[in-house]
Amino acid sequence: MTEPAKSLDKVAMTPRPPAVRPKSAVGPIIFLVLLAIAIVLPFMVKGFVVFQLTQTMVYAMAILGLNLLTGINGQFSLGHSAFYAIGAYTAAILIEQAGMNYALTLPVAGVICFVAGFLFGLPALRLEGIYLALATFALASATPQILKLSPLEHFTGGVQGIVVTKPDAPFGLPLSGDQWLYFFTLAVGVVLYILARNLVNSRAGRALLAIRDNPIAARSMGINSSLYKASAFGLSALYTGIAGALGAIIVAFVAPDSFTLTLSIGLLVGLVIGGVGWLPGALFGGAFLLFVPNIAESVSKGLSGAVYGLLLILVIYVMPSGAAGFLQAIVGRFKK
Amino acid sequence: MTEVDARGASAPLLEVRDVAVRFDGIIALDGVSFDIKRGQILGLIGPNGAGKTTLFNCLSRLYTPTTGDVLFEGASILPRPAHEMAALGIGRTFQNVSLFSRLTVRDNVLIGGHAHTTSNFLSDSLRTPSSRATERELEETAADLIHYLELDEVADRPVAGLPFGWQKRVELARALAAKPKLLLLDEPAAGLNHDEVHELGRLIKQIRDDRHVTVLLVEHHMGLVMSISENVVALNFGKKIAEGTPDIVRKDPELIRAYLGGDAA
Repeated sequence: MTEPAKSLDKVAMTPRPPAVRPKSAVGPIIFLVLLAIAIVLPFMVKGFVVFQLTQTMVYAMAILGLNLLTGINGQFSLGHSAFYAIGAYTAAILIEQAGMNYALTLPVAGVICFVAGFLFGLPALRLEGIYLALATFALASATPQILKLSPLEHFTGGVQGIVVTKPDAPFGLPLSGDQWLYFFTLAVGVVLYILARNLVNSRAGRALLAIRDNPIAARSMGINSSLYKASAFGLSALYTGIAGALGAIIVAFVAPDSFTLTLSIGLLVGLVIGGVGWLPGALFGGAFLLFVPNIAESVSKGLSGAVYGLLLILVIYVMPSGAAGFLQAIVGRFKK
Repeated sequence: MTEVDARGASAPLLEVRDVAVRFDGIIALDGVSFDIKRGQILGLIGPNGAGKTTLFNCLSRLYTPTTGDVLFEGASILPRPAHEMAALGIGRTFQNVSLFSRLTVRDNVLIGGHAHTTSNFLSDSLRTPSSRATERELEETAADLIHYLELDEVADRPVAGLPFGWQKRVELARALAAKPKLLLLDEPAAGLNHDEVHELGRLIKQIRDDRHVTVLLVEHHMGLVMSISENVVALNFGKKIAEGTPDIVRKDPELIRAYLGGDAA
């Protein structure tokens, strides 16, 4: 032991550091600057780019959900396309068949996905690592087929899917449909991000981190790991489900083949690109997910898959721990 | 001692009653009984394979005894799961330390306070007043313990990079954050040099006196056990072979035989 407390007198005499650590102001400043840029951006670019930026944010929300499960709680999932699909179909069916306001479908999609995720999380408690990956893989494979089933066709539209009416800007705001949906998505995204960040920085969120780092010690600290792990699955599905619902609204269409294993893997790629366990990384992951396939296609139509693969390897080579590690290294260099 | 159960301050805090553990025909523990009084440091000793760790795992509810009972403040702990032990007032440290390695010292200690606070995903996400109050309470307890165990300078560093001796202090701080009545220490001297063991002994006594905890020390290091324990229980081949003050146990012929070999006495 190096220098443990010598005696009570000594402890009493040493000046006491402040009980609560001072909060750094850098984070909020960067956040506000980015938010300001995000608000100005849709007026500077063309309509289609606005749509692409909106789609980026939607992917980012889905990746944020996956990060809460994998990065924060240490559980692996290849099944998040299923939760994205459940969210998307919930929104599409409620808007088109029940005539519900599109904004109200988001909380409904979130709750349904939380329940679905929690229920899936219960049996998943017995599975770890690659076994959990296989179980979630099954979920991703089954989802498009279930959506095509004929008994459900009345609701899901079968192979055809559902065309969703695209909402216009409310209250006579001078915004195009795409611009309005951009701001709507931005608002939802900011709220979801702040809630996730609050969670990770407090007691329940730290319990998730504790389970990730050391499950046995977590149990001795009084953490009910079954409840927390199943809840993490639920929460993660809730985020990804809300993203799915927003995705359905902005694309104005849902179909079974948009929600295959490819989407799950895409979300996983986005998670790794952004940085596993770093919440803002989701935005980098979302951008990669949307723009890199487009770039690959512009390089070579026939070999777009190979170009995508090369770009992916290049990015992982340059930033092996994702955007998180990359930015950390840059900040570290500036501090020197 | 301010908190006492209905039977008064003199009642033992922990009662181990005829505990036996069998794994597939192997008898790891064979009818062990002893008590720990409040405020005491009790040393549990014995050669390798004596059943110390098995007994320790029964007390932290990782194992369930085949027969027998364990009473804490007069009530059996056996119907309760492992994750309720911390809230009950039984804290522990691990052999070779078992920390949340990617998290900071402070986060480790904050997690230590999980059991005696409440919050949930919703209250923490929304930062409700109750969630804020919980955070304040946890932060204050953690800052206090980090200071108490002289971890201030490394408080916001990840524990993974810290020297072993420091990590042991982080583990003590984490265990104390749960405000335990009984602290179970699993071979705390393992991996420490002579001076560090001496310091550790002082620290354990100091913690017992300042924080009003009762300590069960499972230890290989005879010198440490004999110098700080008020009572010692010795196990060999799953049975209790000696019990009493260090001076009495030290001279016990059966213990000497167990440590020095069958024919020595």
